[in-house]
Amino acid sequence: MSWITPELIEIVVAILKAIVILLVVVVCGALLSFIERRLLGLWQDRYGPNRVGPFGMFQLGADMLKMFFKEDWTPPFADRLIFTLAPIVAMSALLMAFAVVPVTPTWGVADLNIGLLFFFAMAGLAVYAVLFAGWSSNNKFALLGSLRASAQTISYEVFMALALMGIVAQTGSFNMRDIVEYQAQHTWFIIPQFLGFCTFFIAGVAVTHRHPFDQPEAEQELADGYHIEYAGMKWGMFFVGEYIGIVLISALLVTLFFGGWHGPFGILPQLSFIWFALKTAFFIMLFILLRASLPRPRYDQVMAFSWKFCLPLTLLNLLVTGAFVLAAQ
Amino acid sequence: MTADSVLSIPPYKADDQDVVAELNSRFGAETFTVQSTCTDMPVLWVAREKLIEVLRFLRNLPRPYVMLYDLHGVDERLRTQRRGLPEADFSVFYHLLSIERNSDVMIKVALKEGDLKLPSATGIWPNANWYEREIWDMYGIHIEGHPHLTRILMPPTWEGHPLRKDYPARATEFDPYSLSAAKQDLEQEALRFKPEEWGMKRGGEHEDFMFLNLGPNHPSAHGAFRIILQLDGEEIVDCVPEIGYHHRGAEKMAERQSWHSFIPYTDRIDYLGGVMNNLPYVLAVEKLAGIKVPQRVDVIRVMMAEFFRILNHLLYLGTYIQDVGAMTPVFFTFTDRQRAYKVVEAITGFRLHPAWYRIGGVAHDLPRGWDALVKEFVEWMPKRLDEYEKAALQNSILRGRTMDVARYDTRQALEWGVTGAGLRATGLDFDLRKARPYSGYENFEFEVPLAHNGDAYDRCMVKLGEMRQSLRIIEQCRRNMPEGPYKADHPLTTPPPKERTLQHIETLITHFLQVSWGPVMPANESFQMIEATKGINSYYLTSDGSTMSYRTRIRTPSYAHLQQIPSVIRGSMVADLIAYLGSIDFVMADVDR
Repeated sequence: MSWITPELIEIVVAILKAIVILLVVVVCGALLSFIERRLLGLWQDRYGPNRVGPFGMFQLGADMLKMFFKEDWTPPFADRLIFTLAPIVAMSALLMAFAVVPVTPTWGVADLNIGLLFFFAMAGLAVYAVLFAGWSSNNKFALLGSLRASAQTISYEVFMALALMGIVAQTGSFNMRDIVEYQAQHTWFIIPQFLGFCTFFIAGVAVTHRHPFDQPEAEQELADGYHIEYAGMKWGMFFVGEYIGIVLISALLVTLFFGGWHGPFGILPQLSFIWFALKTAFFIMLFILLRASLPRPRYDQVMAFSWKFCLPLTLLNLLVTGAFVLAAQ
Repeated sequence: MTADSVLSIPPYKADDQDVVAELNSRFGAETFTVQSTCTDMPVLWVAREKLIEVLRFLRNLPRPYVMLYDLHGVDERLRTQRRGLPEADFSVFYHLLSIERNSDVMIKVALKEGDLKLPSATGIWPNANWYEREIWDMYGIHIEGHPHLTRILMPPTWEGHPLRKDYPARATEFDPYSLSAAKQDLEQEALRFKPEEWGMKRGGEHEDFMFLNLGPNHPSAHGAFRIILQLDGEEIVDCVPEIGYHHRGAEKMAERQSWHSFIPYTDRIDYLGGVMNNLPYVLAVEKLAGIKVPQRVDVIRVMMAEFFRILNHLLYLGTYIQDVGAMTPVFFTFTDRQRAYKVVEAITGFRLHPAWYRIGGVAHDLPRGWDALVKEFVEWMPKRLDEYEKAALQNSILRGRTMDVARYDTRQALEWGVTGAGLRATGLDFDLRKARPYSGYENFEFEVPLAHNGDAYDRCMVKLGEMRQSLRIIEQCRRNMPEGPYKADHPLTTPPPKERTLQHIETLITHFLQVSWGPVMPANESFQMIEATKGINSYYLTSDGSTMSYRTRIRTPSYAHLQQIPSVIRGSMVADLIAYLGSIDFVMADVDR
């Protein structure tokens, strides 16, 4: 049994951890479809799905069964290859980005020293899902949706990256674990980087196409926009992809601004996973609350808000942070 | 005319003879044949050759007839009671409305069967366009000089002109319908939009336009409404609204139902208006019959009509906010509607379509305990309305989406025949309940909410204000409900009075005939307009002395409002169109009838 070396065991454990995290994220994403509907129901003075199992908890199973058995239909006028590729990109791009999120001191898929950059790259790839879907569907509503999506995502990614540069400047690292540890030693970035938090949160909502930045879908205008031609599992992948995006952005907000797995004031450090999960759940709920409460701005207003308000704000933040960092040296 | 030039509306002048004098002095009395009716306005027949001249004169008078309120036709061929009127196989009427006189006039033209053509009035009032298309569609009267004379309510492939008297009124009179594959292809092809037919270019110098087919199945089209957009990016270059998908032939049905049994059909014209739809119809029939209703009937009718105004406006408010992207408020407004329906159901026994008004009264008296239910609702609503205003309508995203969007002024509103909140949002204080009181509205204290920008936001704020005023009216009804009978003591009421039937054989016979055949209304014409939920709704009834109406013209506000869309929305974004559609308050049943 000489081939069982400590290195091999380490590799196997790392793979197992990665698989567990992958499954948990996907299941969380899927479960969100149920949680969102229940929460919306709560806020909208109605029940939401409560028929399947206790409190409707098995609704997810019922939905999945339904979706698996739906006809996997590709419209004859669509570009088959790209049409199929789009939902795959939608689901996988943001899932990949989760690899760099450190969950606890010992759990996490990859400890990249360019962690943040990897996330930006993946978020950039996610646009292609919408673009592909809108283009290949050969449908005017889908096309308008993807036009909106590409314009919106490009504008918001510009300052999404800039919003986090303040953190990088203070920490001196792109590595997520370094960022979390820095916060544990000093203070959570929500305080020194409050402007960065605001703009990153807005950009996060925009990148996941969540309300009020759901321009590409815009039920009332484009009747579901880019995924109007999708059905069955392909549609389901878009759907889960969107929820994974919510989980990812929430986890990133926690990691970058709220001390990751640390509790407030360093209390109960042994509960690292619980802290992380609680804080992430809070932001997920915030996403849903936003959807329940806000109207949708017009597409050109969204763009103007990005370029004329958010971008100057992030630049200002970066400038001030830079000045402080220089002064501290 | 700007909003400020008409600040006060003079008292209503029924049967205004001033305009007759003006017309006589200009054209000579021999030009006109005066028809006496109970429509409360002068009705003048004029020869086709003089028509456009007369219409133009009326449009340009001092204190002009600014609005072409209605325009439609009558197949006169089977009409027996028309002594003293010019010979005609068909006639077309122009109902004109003057705001500054607060009075109406009706001009009629006689047409012979072999010579069915008429000059177009689109050069005088732009909203003549759709009405003239409808006349062509329904009667086959050719309009000369019309910019786009095609069918409007019926499909382009339709054969025949449905409102002609020789066209069957029941499906059973037709051969069974069948649809072969070839015919289906033909019908599908007929629906294809061809921009050239509408004088639209497929592209500009540097770009191609996209033609986007919005509807008839679209979440924000509020029913089966199709609008074809010519887009440059997301900007609307031009658009063509297309209606008729909800057409059920209500006016044709009226010609085969008894006066009484048509009441339930009126409920379904504006299907959110409930008994509000019954009101202009029964009022017009009562004018024909010469019935004066007891005071209690008036107050009950007003109260229930205002309940339905609130029900309609709550749905409007919820969907309006939803159309600009906020998903939650609609659930709350529906909860409120549920509370209103509780009262409606207790009083009428039905919810959406009570068909509860009767000729000469209402179906039955108020139930015991009605006032407690009404009180509960009146106390519940105001704080909810405040909440909607604070939480949704003052939201800055919503204001950004709707302020200055789809804006038009009073002049544009009048020339397109806009009534209701859409007109009052431009600053014109024209509410029929004040301007031309009916059913005893003059006895109530309430205000007419106004706004001045005429944009999508103002239209909603006016509607919100109207709900508050409706609550005031309902509360006054509750406090001051008169005692007395709930139906007039008149032989032509329905169901007819039964108390004396077992004492005289004559009354028994009359009762029997009136229940089985229905009442016979004296031959005449009558007209009633009311301030309905969506604007001014009216019924123009022609009786030929029969148990059925000879012609029932239903003028609905939504029809005019949809015709106006292209003139308002050119140059805006797709998202603005959605906000605009949400702010109009229309249902397609009200448009297509």
